[in-house]
Amino acid sequence: MLQENCLHFAFCILNYDDHVSTTLTIADVERIAALAQLELTDEEKHLFTKQLADILAYAEQVQAIDTSGVPATAHVNAIQQAERDDEPRPSLPVDDAIVNAPDAAADAGLFRVPRVIGG
Amino acid sequence: MNVLDIPASTLRNDIAAGRVSAVESCRAALDRIASVNRALNAFNLVDGDRAMARAQQIDDRRKASESLGPLAGIPIAIKDNINVRGMLTTASSRILEDFIPPYDATVVRRLEAAGAVIVGKTNCDEFAMGSSNENSAFGPVHNPWALDRIPGGSSGGSAAAVAARCVPIALGSDTGGSIRQPAACCGVVGLKPSYGRVSRYGLLAFASSLDQIGPFARTVADAATVLSALAGVDPCDATTSSEPVPDFSVSLTGRVDDIRIGVPRAFVSEGVDDEVRRAYEGALETLRREGAALVDIDLPHAKYAVPVYYLVCTAEASSNLARYDGVKYGYRSPAAKDSLKEMYSRTRDQGFGPEVKRRIMLGTYVLSAGYYDAFYLKALQVRTLLRRDYDEAFERVDVVAMPTSPTPPFRLGEKTDDPLQMYLADVFTVSANLAGLPGISVPCGFSTDGLPIGFQLMGRMFDEATMLRVADAYERVTDWHQRVPAL
Repeated sequence: MLQENCLHFAFCILNYDDHVSTTLTIADVERIAALAQLELTDEEKHLFTKQLADILAYAEQVQAIDTSGVPATAHVNAIQQAERDDEPRPSLPVDDAIVNAPDAAADAGLFRVPRVIGG
Repeated sequence: MNVLDIPASTLRNDIAAGRVSAVESCRAALDRIASVNRALNAFNLVDGDRAMARAQQIDDRRKASESLGPLAGIPIAIKDNINVRGMLTTASSRILEDFIPPYDATVVRRLEAAGAVIVGKTNCDEFAMGSSNENSAFGPVHNPWALDRIPGGSSGGSAAAVAARCVPIALGSDTGGSIRQPAACCGVVGLKPSYGRVSRYGLLAFASSLDQIGPFARTVADAATVLSALAGVDPCDATTSSEPVPDFSVSLTGRVDDIRIGVPRAFVSEGVDDEVRRAYEGALETLRREGAALVDIDLPHAKYAVPVYYLVCTAEASSNLARYDGVKYGYRSPAAKDSLKEMYSRTRDQGFGPEVKRRIMLGTYVLSAGYYDAFYLKALQVRTLLRRDYDEAFERVDVVAMPTSPTPPFRLGEKTDDPLQMYLADVFTVSANLAGLPGISVPCGFSTDGLPIGFQLMGRMFDEATMLRVADAYERVTDWHQRVPAL
């Protein structure tokens, strides 16, 4: 129930006047950087807070356009069929695929990475 | 006669007839690059040995009376975000500074099959993100017409290399104007084909619903010849179209008396430099004199193209650039040895430049919970409205004409502190990418400071032929494209 209320609340905010206004804080920038796997410096955080807010404020003008009933265009050739028979084909040899890796375990044909769990 | 001053099509025929050798042409290109690249910084890499060996193969084929392709012996430069097997390909980014692709891009395979000789890789904005070439990890490219000016971006190195007579042809990529705008800034022809016309397999992806590869050339006819060689369906890129590929050079008849040119007067009425406006009006008048009809059109949503573009392209970029994580290729931060997550985020912060990070951040934001509908989805809906504007216009006209860039090339450093001002330079070019349409920039004048100005024609989807015909007809009665920068 609590979850439902939260969802409903979020929905109301989103649809209020169809407008999300943009004020960005350092905390927002840190949250986005974490989502994007970017460890920003303090200087970058300050710079991006201002610059991203400027750009988003400019981009907000699209929110004033009436788009009710207008479908989204994600891709201009969306109706094209790009299916093919599911048959195995030659692909990049493993040796070629790992040759550019910063840390390849060449004998095993693997990429080596730092500890994943508990690191 | 300097082999680098003649059009590629003429050079190809001279090579095929044995009047000039491919080796001689290649040597001339390498010498020219060696003498001007210090001033221009147009090339990230020149591979003279590989090029000379390829040129020798062409000459050997001719001596053996084997058939030669439509680009036989033509020296060509490739933007450094397109893979050439065995040749360093960096996208002008630190994160890929030692990446050697294990395969060729489809366009590279097709160019070499047509006989072209690849001489090197050209500088560009990092991952093709920029309008001035100042976002390269290897320093900016300088405009051959004025070294303190931008060459345009993101394919600035390719444009400068063609303008400076290093090569008659270069490839670029165009996501929001990255071929057409630098072509205008450097006084050469730049062609963005329809979305789906040319395979992007082997192009380092920036925004996949917008990216397209195309040529720079000094004449429209040369651009048409290269497009014929590049175009066509490719099983390695599912977005390529099976639309038949005509021989585009056949359409260049010089006639425009059956052509209706759409002029979006309201859209181009604001924010255009006076000298650019005069050159644009002059180009329209020239085409009218040649017999084309000028038709006023309305593109009511074109003014939203820049915000829509920067919402869409950054969203797609944030996803595409997730692959650069220090695992499979490229740079890995030596500072984080103990945790995968730390390695990812430190590698990406150290490996990417500021504009790339800015766009990844913006794209991540507009796709994140709570903002997706208001920004990203909204932008995709307005993209539909913009496409409808063009669909309606193309019911009444055959091509649409606009300036390519609202100003002549500005000074290096002039807009680097204000990303938003930089984005506004793309006002006339981003529409073609959002709507999937072909576009071409053609030289149409010079400012009083001697800086090149270009104008743009856009065509119906997959009707490059008509657009090229109009551009070529304009070029036949003007001589802007014949001027050479004094370097």
